[in-house]
Amino acid sequence: MYENGHRIMKPSRPVGIVGYGAYVPRYRLPGVEISRLWTGGAEPPPVREKAVPGPDEDVVTMSIEAARNALARAGIAANRLRAVWVGSESHPYAVKPSATIVAEAIGATPHVQAGDWEFACKAGTEAMQAAIGFVGSGMADYAMAIGADTAQGRPGDALEYTAGAGGAAFILGPAEESLAILEGSLSYVTDTPDFWRRAHARYPEHGGRFTGEPAYFHHIVEAARQLMEALGTRPEDYTYAVFHQPNVKFPQKAAKMLGFRPEQIQTGLLVDEIGNTYAGSCLIGLTAILDEARPGDRILAVSFGSGAGSDAFSLVVTEAIRERRDRAPRTRDYIARRVVIDYATYARYRGKIVLDT
Amino acid sequence: MHPARAWRGRSQRYRLEGEICEGCGARLFPPRDICPECQRPARTPYPLSGRGEVYSYTVVYEPPAGYEEQAPYIVALIRLEEGPLVSAMLTDVGPEEVYIGMPVEMVTRVLHRQGEHGVIAYGYKFRPVLRRTVMLPSPSAPVTA
Repeated sequence: MYENGHRIMKPSRPVGIVGYGAYVPRYRLPGVEISRLWTGGAEPPPVREKAVPGPDEDVVTMSIEAARNALARAGIAANRLRAVWVGSESHPYAVKPSATIVAEAIGATPHVQAGDWEFACKAGTEAMQAAIGFVGSGMADYAMAIGADTAQGRPGDALEYTAGAGGAAFILGPAEESLAILEGSLSYVTDTPDFWRRAHARYPEHGGRFTGEPAYFHHIVEAARQLMEALGTRPEDYTYAVFHQPNVKFPQKAAKMLGFRPEQIQTGLLVDEIGNTYAGSCLIGLTAILDEARPGDRILAVSFGSGAGSDAFSLVVTEAIRERRDRAPRTRDYIARRVVIDYATYARYRGKIVLDT
Repeated sequence: MHPARAWRGRSQRYRLEGEICEGCGARLFPPRDICPECQRPARTPYPLSGRGEVYSYTVVYEPPAGYEEQAPYIVALIRLEEGPLVSAMLTDVGPEEVYIGMPVEMVTRVLHRQGEHGVIAYGYKFRPVLRRTVMLPSPSAPVTA
């Protein structure tokens, strides 16, 4: 056995992804527009543009569309899902689950586990680990995990450039029905306060450069390295890798630290076009990879959530990808649907203009 | 609106669930339990595909209370593929883009929010059919497995 064998998580019943779906809203706010307003154009934006939800969109509506896409790809009836779990840090209610609304809208109620997950940007992969356990233990044949956010950034703060919107849904099921089989996963968590939002606070706070080395890089790199070590895989064994994407530079640097080439992360690196979609970030990247992957391709997906922790997954794509991928819109279809807005429209859509006093 | 009222209609509002008349096969929306075609009982739930086209529309510039954040918006009559004519808000489309005969698909969105403290009402709206790399059956089509 390998040295880190006890750290890796493998379900006793083999599990995989039987369906997946993404959603990205159509509005885009260019980084130069934010820079123009707050720095007179002096600051170069960290991403080209970010996706902005319309006035009638939130985590629930985005999750519903991603979930419908995942069901279409899986080709199963919604009432066969035994769990609908939504990971986010922007649930529309503080008390009242997003997941019950999503489950009702897709037709999964009433014999379903439903709940909301929170762990900053890794809430979605947290739900995915639980769904793997749910199916892997035999408690369920199918479980849905969603990561979605309408991220908030304080006006003028560095986060405002990147705080985007979008989500992805995955249906975990038996390996023999899967379009990508799970080889194993690993979680790496410590108490690291790099980013937080207190109860009732409107905008999050962050530790500036402290969000880098001890937070993002340490957790991502350790989770990925230890998973590969336990599986006996190396970066060159992977066709694709996708990491959490708070900006363009961080995932590029993490990939380099681990020994991945730029080509391996290119397909899943969407942050320059849609911003940081928080709980949706590495999961939407994974959907973009599955849209293009071929049977036999191996994929490494690693999330990062502030607070802090990472979940790493190693997947192998199967023949089923060929006929399932085109049962729903591809992630690139949503990214191509693009309407540029100005800061005033953004401020209105995001509720930054006070109407009630 | 009292939460109970929205709750009663959640199947039809969240996922466009209508009814089918077992007598003559007519698909009904909204569900009304009696077939308007043959006047027989029609209580079997039927999930509509959500596909249709704009039959007529108008632009609302003076919205009722609770809809201010979305104005101006379009209210349209949608002729569903299965026959019924449904009135609904359009989304992800501006007044300058919409036209009679525009192909649309159902999405579930926020209909209105009762201030900062009230319940959020979700329900069907229609948007222009998403342009796809590959054209396929709608993801909201009924699935049996």
